[in-house]
Amino acid sequence: MNEDVKVCPIIANHIKVALVGQPNVGKSMLINSVSNAHLHVGNFSGVTVDKTEVLFDYKDFHFTVVDLPGTYAFTDYTIEERVTHDYLCAENYDIIINVVDSTNLEKNLQLTTELCTMSKKIVIALNMSDEAEKEGIEVNAEYMSELLNIPCIKVSAAQKTGIDELIDAVVETHAANKEEVKLIFSEAVEEEIANIIKYLQKHKYEAINSYRNIAINLLKENKKTYAKLHDNPIWTELQPILIEASSHIELHHNTDDIKEAFAEEYASFNRGIVAEVVKEGKKKEEEVKTLTEKIDNILIHPIFGIPIFLFFMWGLFQLTFVLGAIPMDMIDGFFGWFGDALGATISNDDIRSLVVDGLVGGVGAVVLFTPNIIILFVGIALLESTGYMSRVAFLLDGFFHKFGLHGQSFIPLVTGFGCSIPAYMAARILKNDRDRLLTLFIISFMSCGARLPVYVLFTGAFFSEAIAGNVLFGIYISGAILGLIAAKVLKLTAFKGADEPFVMEMPKYRLPSVKLVWHTVLSKTLMYLKKAGTFIAGASILVWFLSNYPHNQELEKDYAYKVEQAQTQEKKDNLLNELATVNLENSYLGEIGKFSEPVFKPLGLDWKMAVALEAGLAAKEVVVSTLGVLYSLGNGVDETTSSLKNIISKNIPFASAVAFIVVIMIYLPCFAASIVFTREAGSIKYFFYMLAFTSLTAYVLAFIAYRFTLLLGY
Amino acid sequence: MKKLLDCKKNEKVKVLKLNAASELKQRFISFGIMKDATLEILELAPRKKTIEVKVGKMKLALRAEEAELIEVQNI
Repeated sequence: MNEDVKVCPIIANHIKVALVGQPNVGKSMLINSVSNAHLHVGNFSGVTVDKTEVLFDYKDFHFTVVDLPGTYAFTDYTIEERVTHDYLCAENYDIIINVVDSTNLEKNLQLTTELCTMSKKIVIALNMSDEAEKEGIEVNAEYMSELLNIPCIKVSAAQKTGIDELIDAVVETHAANKEEVKLIFSEAVEEEIANIIKYLQKHKYEAINSYRNIAINLLKENKKTYAKLHDNPIWTELQPILIEASSHIELHHNTDDIKEAFAEEYASFNRGIVAEVVKEGKKKEEEVKTLTEKIDNILIHPIFGIPIFLFFMWGLFQLTFVLGAIPMDMIDGFFGWFGDALGATISNDDIRSLVVDGLVGGVGAVVLFTPNIIILFVGIALLESTGYMSRVAFLLDGFFHKFGLHGQSFIPLVTGFGCSIPAYMAARILKNDRDRLLTLFIISFMSCGARLPVYVLFTGAFFSEAIAGNVLFGIYISGAILGLIAAKVLKLTAFKGADEPFVMEMPKYRLPSVKLVWHTVLSKTLMYLKKAGTFIAGASILVWFLSNYPHNQELEKDYAYKVEQAQTQEKKDNLLNELATVNLENSYLGEIGKFSEPVFKPLGLDWKMAVALEAGLAAKEVVVSTLGVLYSLGNGVDETTSSLKNIISKNIPFASAVAFIVVIMIYLPCFAASIVFTREAGSIKYFFYMLAFTSLTAYVLAFIAYRFTLLLGY
Repeated sequence: MKKLLDCKKNEKVKVLKLNAASELKQRFISFGIMKDATLEILELAPRKKTIEVKVGKMKLALRAEEAELIEVQNI
């Protein structure tokens, strides 16, 4: 069971499983327990937005499990639902595992009954059976299997119970012949089904699926079944029978919508099943219910709800700064010591500079902020896994709506505080293309985790520790507010149109499992560090090279002579410093910076900052590492060099720093995010719109911020 | 004709009819809001912009515009 994930060859003993269920029933967590994979898990709908495949071996079988996005019904309303719908209809797979939430069986069975018309082998996983037990809900799995003629297995993904039984049932069902699911409808529908079956029998219609299955699909107006029969000669006679049948059923249900009629049929069938197999200890359930409701009474209170939310966010950023500062000095000290120790072993001047200033300086500047990143990720993981996210969407929908955004836009937007890439993907929960595009455009205003280092560096450089946390919170909030204003502007201009309906489930509150939060945070942090070790290290070397070459031999000789002539140590140091500065200005990077300086001049940014911003287009972490390389070179000769923070507060005027931060807040997140954005938006033209929109906004607002700060006398 | 939006907090009602267009109606149904379903109003956001209802065991958030489309009856 606990083997590592292996690549799975296509052989005879291969079972391909489609994992289907409503949102938030623990599908991804189930896969994690089955295969020891580490898929992202959260407590709101829309965590899995694309299908994910996991491979593992069990006994003599190779399994491929496809984790499909959660879907409430078998429809294609949202993009994620479409992914599931299309996969189930068109792809090749052997068996469906339908994951249901044991604590809310009736609602979950709605999807199950629809899946039954797929004529595929199904196994039902009664997930969260531990939670159901706690709530005093007793599900009789054997009886349920018998009633539906589908194997039903009690499992708990969280406690890892029943997993082996589930896989055994999958293997067994896979080997056995397909059995007809026992779906029983009302008399009127059954009568019509019998009618159609009789007709199909009479004409000996050849089909893979059972006649009953075909009859149900015909009555449900399933397009595929229609298309198949439409080309058959019996269609001419079948059509009037179907019209008659539909009107009979619709009359029975007092509606003109056959889908609604069938939904009611399924619902009453499910009510029957639940009444048979579920026993509830009434009293216990009431107590549990009131707990979530009690919490909700406070957290989504009409008056206090929003202030409480803001307080949480403020607390998170305070923690990020105050708690994050503690290990930072140690990390900073370590890299300083490490660079010196390493430098002492290298005799070649150029290579020493490359390693110490370029590699260690650049990577160290990024690694330094790992503690802050971890705290931010923990905060977001808690927000995701407790179920609070949906509450905030509920609270903010009215407010968001005013700015032309959807309440559910909140979920991708908050994810955007972590990283823009999953945020772009999370925007798929929005059904309407206009709303989705609008949200995609706004996400970059939510400052991602990679920008945090820049903010921490600058707030630390210019503000005392006591208020730096507040300033940090202020930067994030003003970014969000700017985003809302931008949304309003876009809604009034580029994305005019009707609003998407807001219907959203509010999940039960859950205590986040420590393991789950740990996994999420660990994998994200490792990703950050990996990026620092690979991409950022490469970029640092590039920046180092560009800032060190070409060497001006004459100038160096000139200075070397001057240094020799100098009388005091102080003079010598000054001369060496001067040389470093002149050399930097004449380097390739200096050329690039000087070239673009006129553009950034109105914002009060010197060429070094301009270069840092340009490098930041690749990734925001590079901004800090570039600043690290640039400023450590200019000051490298000066042995009193302390941290980058101090250098910045000495060398950069406050107003310029403000303008710099404003640009960082608004302009394009990073190269990787731009690619995901383009993919999610569906066209390259949106990328150029976005580039123009963010760059212009960043420039104009940075200019205003710069002038305004100067006016205030800083 | 009583609408879901007209209900007060903690009121329990039965759904009579869904006046939504086909797509939204499917959405309602997939969440369990259909004829004869019992709804309980749990919370109203400021100025009734959004309301939280309970359908079966599930809690749902709806915007005022959507709640307007659901015809209900007291039980």
